[in-house]
Amino acid sequence: MSDVAKTIEAVWKIESTRLIAAIARVTHDIGIAEELAQDALVTALEVWPEDGIPENPGAWLMTAAKRRAIDALRRGHMLLQKHEEIARELEFQQQQLADALQHSLDEVIDDDILRLIFTACHPILAMEGRIALTLRLIGGLTTGEIARAFLVPEKTLGQRISRAKKTLAEAHVPFETPSGDELRRRVESVLMVVYLIFNEGYTATSGDEWMRAALSDDALRLGRMLAQLLPGESEVHALVALMELQASRNTARRGKNGEAILLPDQDRSLWDYAQIQRGMTALEQAQTLGGGAKPYALQAAIAACHMRARTAEETDWDCIVLLYDALLQINPSPIVALNRAVAVSMVQGPAAGLDALDAAATRTGDSALAGYHLFPSVRGDLLMKMGRLSEAREEIQRAIAMTKNLRERELLANRLKQLEKATLS
Amino acid sequence: MRFMMMVIPKSYESAAPDAVPSAEAVAKMMKYNKALQKAGVLLALDGLFPPSAGARVSYADGKARVTDGPFGETKEVIGGYWIIQVRSREEAIEWAKRAPMSNNEVIEVRQIHEVPDFPEDVQKVAEGFEHRDVVD
Repeated sequence: MSDVAKTIEAVWKIESTRLIAAIARVTHDIGIAEELAQDALVTALEVWPEDGIPENPGAWLMTAAKRRAIDALRRGHMLLQKHEEIARELEFQQQQLADALQHSLDEVIDDDILRLIFTACHPILAMEGRIALTLRLIGGLTTGEIARAFLVPEKTLGQRISRAKKTLAEAHVPFETPSGDELRRRVESVLMVVYLIFNEGYTATSGDEWMRAALSDDALRLGRMLAQLLPGESEVHALVALMELQASRNTARRGKNGEAILLPDQDRSLWDYAQIQRGMTALEQAQTLGGGAKPYALQAAIAACHMRARTAEETDWDCIVLLYDALLQINPSPIVALNRAVAVSMVQGPAAGLDALDAAATRTGDSALAGYHLFPSVRGDLLMKMGRLSEAREEIQRAIAMTKNLRERELLANRLKQLEKATLS
Repeated sequence: MRFMMMVIPKSYESAAPDAVPSAEAVAKMMKYNKALQKAGVLLALDGLFPPSAGARVSYADGKARVTDGPFGETKEVIGGYWIIQVRSREEAIEWAKRAPMSNNEVIEVRQIHEVPDFPEDVQKVAEGFEHRDVVD
């Protein structure tokens, strides 16, 4: 890529969200808004290498988008909202559109960006559509970049985005910020999208490594944006906290050969303490807003307990058990119960942990935990600590048979070897 | 990737120890800071007192020598910095271009070292978020 092309790409990353949001305020259709913004980008790619990068690239792109919008209107390719379409003459409409776009550019307001985010994360869309649209419209990523990050062909990703736009247009999803109960539901959807993007990157260990790992940074960037746009929503700050705290361990999570290093065995000097500090500050903010007992805040608080401990032995497991108790109240999932059982074993010993684990399995019914390889894996670990070695071996073998993951299978096989040694001696 | 944008303000090398920027300059800077924050790229920022309030510690033959500021021969000194997280060097430069600087002032853009990315041969470790605290 030429230097100018790289610069244009960088300008796009910075300006595209505001540009699309400003146009969408007028067109009320994020699909059309994105196409017009894209057209402007194409024009920039033609003109800027010749004429140089303009002084104010954002304004330049907006003017170009405006011209394309009027052209499209003239050719009848684009319709404004229905009432306007019927009520006004085409020429008047063109003038109106031009004025509205000009005006829109002059005062791109945060609300437009917020509306854009809410629309891209609309629950009417399939989750993969929400993720793709969000990265594209708010993250400033190209279709190619998103496709590489998610390890799917570019064509598939393109179709995913078109389908999402079509769904929004057909359902006449309004370009607006919801209010009341609807707001809470929609914020939840936005946060889920951001966290899924984060986890895609956090668990990235294959494919185009850098592109996938960068998704975590993209999610953090989205989270920080949201914290500015919705400063009163405690869970937004809590999610930022959770992501910062998890990402701060990134370097310590893998060994030299890429093997997973578990939390207790991590070299804590590799944690990013500036990032931990940012996470702690965000968590405090969530708690100050009165959201300390909400799901992301509780998960962030659990992460914070781990991060505060200078050594694994210093971990405040009492506090972690309490936090899992609270989390279990609002999110009674078997996986939370499993984590709680591990925490209980750290406080009261393996026997208590085993009781808690088996109680959770009984409570949720076998089906929920049965297909989950961590259940026998944790159970085996606890039995091993209690000296019930042959039972432990059975559980570990069960876990090995269940996990599809190579790295985890390695970890389990190692544990099985230890067990066999212990049994012999 | 993270970048540090270092501000090198004009004649800061000889500014009085208690020199502070004008209200107008601060207002412009606040607007810019807010833009960085709203874009979600800002990680940290700080402004520094002039060198006349600082000191230099230099080392020769295993000995540290302290010189109080200002430092006669130094023409360019740092007045403050931002740390931003962006996707490319070009994006960092684009942000620097948007800073409200006056004539002859300089922003130096430098990438921050990151610990190398995961090796390529790493196999996929599929983790769900909920059990992160067990297996991490």
